[in-house]
Amino acid sequence: MSTKSRVSRVSGTRPKSARPRRSHVPYLLLLPALLLELLIHLVPMAMGILMSFRGLTQFFIRDWSRAPWTGWANYELVLDVNRPVGEALLRSFLTTCLFTLLSVGLCWLLGTAAAVFMQESFRGRGLLRALFLVPYALPVYAAVITWAFMFQRDNGLVNHVLHDQLGLGGSGHTFWLLGDNSFWALLTVSVWKGWPFAFLIVTAALQNIPGELYEAAALDGAGIWQQISRITLPSVGAVNQVLVLVLFLWTFNDFNTPFVLFGKAAPEAADLISLHIYQSSFVTWNFGTGSAMSVLLLLFLLLATAGYLLVTTRGRRNGHG
Amino acid sequence: MADHRGRPSSPLAPPLTFRVIRAAFLTLLSGFVLLPVYVMVTSSLKPLQDVAGRFRWIPTGLTARPYIDIWHTVPLGRYFVNSLIVAGAATAASVVIAVFAAYAVSRHRFRGKRLFTVTVLSTQMFPGILFLLPLFLIFVNIGNATGIALYGSRGALILTYLTFSLPFSIWMLIGYFDSVPRDLDEAATVDGCGPLGALLRVVVPAAVPGIVAVAVYAFMTAWGEVLFASVMTNDTTRTLAVGLQGYSTQTDVYWNQIMAASLVVSIPVVAGFLLLQRYLVAGLTAGAVK
Amino acid sequence: MRRTRAAAAAVTASLLAAATACGGGTANTGGGSDTAPKELTYWASNQGPDLAADQATLTPELKKFEERTGIKVKLEVVPWSDLLNRILAATASGQGPDVLNIGNTWSSSLQATGALLPWNAENFGAIGGKDRFVESAIGSSGATGQDPAAVPLYSMAYALYYNKKMFQEAGIAKPPATWDEMVTIGRQLSKDGKWALGAEGANLSNNIHQAFVLAKQHGADFFDAAGKPTFDSPGAVGAVKQYVDLMAKDKIIAPGNAEYAQNQSLQDFANGKTAMVLWQSAASSFKSHGMKEGDWGVAPVPVPAGGAPGPGGNTNSMVAGINLAVFKNTDNIDGSLKFVKFMTSDEEQKILNKTYGSIPPVKAAQSDPAFATDDLTVLRTTLGTSAAPLPQVPQESQFETAVGTAVKELFADAAAGRPVTTESVKAKLTKAQQQMAS
Repeated sequence: MSTKSRVSRVSGTRPKSARPRRSHVPYLLLLPALLLELLIHLVPMAMGILMSFRGLTQFFIRDWSRAPWTGWANYELVLDVNRPVGEALLRSFLTTCLFTLLSVGLCWLLGTAAAVFMQESFRGRGLLRALFLVPYALPVYAAVITWAFMFQRDNGLVNHVLHDQLGLGGSGHTFWLLGDNSFWALLTVSVWKGWPFAFLIVTAALQNIPGELYEAAALDGAGIWQQISRITLPSVGAVNQVLVLVLFLWTFNDFNTPFVLFGKAAPEAADLISLHIYQSSFVTWNFGTGSAMSVLLLLFLLLATAGYLLVTTRGRRNGHG
Repeated sequence: MADHRGRPSSPLAPPLTFRVIRAAFLTLLSGFVLLPVYVMVTSSLKPLQDVAGRFRWIPTGLTARPYIDIWHTVPLGRYFVNSLIVAGAATAASVVIAVFAAYAVSRHRFRGKRLFTVTVLSTQMFPGILFLLPLFLIFVNIGNATGIALYGSRGALILTYLTFSLPFSIWMLIGYFDSVPRDLDEAATVDGCGPLGALLRVVVPAAVPGIVAVAVYAFMTAWGEVLFASVMTNDTTRTLAVGLQGYSTQTDVYWNQIMAASLVVSIPVVAGFLLLQRYLVAGLTAGAVK
Repeated sequence: MRRTRAAAAAVTASLLAAATACGGGTANTGGGSDTAPKELTYWASNQGPDLAADQATLTPELKKFEERTGIKVKLEVVPWSDLLNRILAATASGQGPDVLNIGNTWSSSLQATGALLPWNAENFGAIGGKDRFVESAIGSSGATGQDPAAVPLYSMAYALYYNKKMFQEAGIAKPPATWDEMVTIGRQLSKDGKWALGAEGANLSNNIHQAFVLAKQHGADFFDAAGKPTFDSPGAVGAVKQYVDLMAKDKIIAPGNAEYAQNQSLQDFANGKTAMVLWQSAASSFKSHGMKEGDWGVAPVPVPAGGAPGPGGNTNSMVAGINLAVFKNTDNIDGSLKFVKFMTSDEEQKILNKTYGSIPPVKAAQSDPAFATDDLTVLRTTLGTSAAPLPQVPQESQFETAVGTAVKELFADAAAGRPVTTESVKAKLTKAQQQMAS
């Protein structure tokens, strides 16, 4: 069949198929997706941007058109790092950056390591693979509540193991849900929830590496570690570009994990940006400032993503020659 | 396929150090994954006054009572059905729409292609909490204008969730379709199929694993969403993800029942996951590699 | 293609129009209409042990209402986790219930949105008059000087719950009536892994309730008469410090309580780990954690030395409770008023408050012997004589978050052994106040 098409293209009997069609067909195919994105994402986003220029407080929530236009006032307020609101936002932003960096890094590391170790068949591999996907399937609320349980100071599993059984850090129990330690508690939960996705994607990518590569390397006398570093890891580079971006966007915007773990007011050390925005808009019903913060977040993520795609794509092209 | 890919295990058995490190790593990781699951299982079997007590590895005084109580403390069965309907419909619609869109991008040249893909990606970057309210207003206004009650209906939730998963679904499928040889569908076109015929008869069958992957992703997105569901549902349409919070009431938090209910509702999902796993793994690859 | 683009433009334009033009539902400010006189939608809050229990309690009452008036009430019990967001969405869109329950501390915030029907003399007249209600309960239904935004439905107050057995074993004859006694008795009780008092250090609302009462006792308020925040006044600082010092200095609250936010302090009490808690209507919780009626005693919350519970400086509780509001956009204003009248009638007040273990805010209903038990007598007396409403300002929820968080952080300091000083308390409260200024 493929021969036939090639022949027809060469002989020029069907010029239309030689040049991909330019017609209304692609637009028709895109229309449902476009309409839905417009309805559910883009128009609300546009409204969000408009909201950021208005003093949309609880007094006007009933009739938005009455909310006064305030120009850049909301932005000035949230960007002024010398005042409490801006200062808190900046700190929350930096916390989120550090958190995202560590979480994405650890998720990727665990996922890749597990995938590499499980590339080769051994007894119980199928079961283990299924088991590793459990965090992805449990309802978020219940999973995070369970972690909150485990992190309790007096009765939790974590302190029981660390202090009572391993004798680490003395006999005085540690607070995990208050103060600076809450950052590590949040990170643990986030990695626990996030790494199976990385594992899944990398596992899949590894299956596409041709077996001949390994056979050739083995004939050349490369040991197993060399095979991993020379063949396995370079082959997943392309996957990583997408994987890391996806993990980055999810982690940066994660709301459920800190909200369930800490409630409305997270400790400063774990005050992620989405929770912070929730507090400045939903809790206080001041949607003007909340929207301004969101627009800034959107800009940052757009820039970061664009930069990331630019760097990684060029890097890969150069790398491939 | 499988016999040609992956490291062949026959020629060289991995050295002992490798196997030891592997065993140690995988054991630790399993422990990390299973620890909360273990806590959930044991907590779900304790009477309420014992749940919050000091942690012990071997629990005492177990009871199956929470597994009976979960069904009447909140209408768990109804929530479960709602979640299935919402997540199922959102998944089906999302897959169909993403297939069309991805096919257009993969197989057609048209103006605005780059704009489309970039715009679709950017929708993942605005925090949900801020467009929740505008979206709600849009639904209410459409409802007022057309007389269709979207507010509180499953339909509104289905529409919302399917767009949540659409961007990455389209992304993943574009990559997957690109890896299906073009010759195949061009041949089909020549053989007299229209452009849709080529999609349905050639590309889709060749991309079944990728589509399964997208479906699983879309399902999980809809299955776990909390914020939008809490505002856009009422007691007849409430989904599991928010419904579980019903075990925490003004006077009491029924920890044991939260755990029991979560385990019960997760079992079908995990089972479905296991069934689809083979396709899923094959599918994500091609999409993501691109 | 041009056609497609034109079509897309048209769709966009109409969507934008739909989305931006209306914003806030109907512009009806007159206060409801009567277009659907035979039906009502009612959002009830979760008062019973679970949602199903509320359904079971309310359904027969709503049937009764339907028999009398011919109006069918569609009931939805909304969980607390969703209620405020649901109200917000209803307010913004104009599409909501006809009648709804609100937490009484939300009254002023919601009043400021203009979404609720103001209870002027005429509307109160329709339900039998304002003076049928306990004064303090009316005081927490909206800003002073304005028509209330809701009417009281269920009322509650704080009391001191104590474990009789633990008191007996320690040889303590009666519960503390003043804070000095509390500290003295507390030191006696706090030993061998047991503690005198439980607290919910990470529960913002609870922190606010305690800090508010102590501030009253210190002669301070968190807002001045003009509605401006005064969080770091000496009285407020003293109040917050006194509360946190129960853990930091007096050491009668276990450090672990600093992270409690899910009623763990009630579990500790029920399990005999702590001897006292300050709580509102906790009886049903104790029972579900395995305590028996009679295991615990109830007393008024302590007041400053030399005083007895009363108004002003001897306030010992905030006015807790649930209010019933009518949504301004209702399409059945007459029916809504009838329904509120029904729910606040003496008869229904007795039935519902009995079931929920709360106090009727309707004076005539309080005479029922069911509200004369030891527990409820304390709560009823407190409500009538020594309870004060939380600040009735539009920024109430912001206040709860800001000051509640400050107290939470101070408890965290105390639990970690960091010093809690007047300066550190003042610094936290000043920061909280600056967040309000936005």
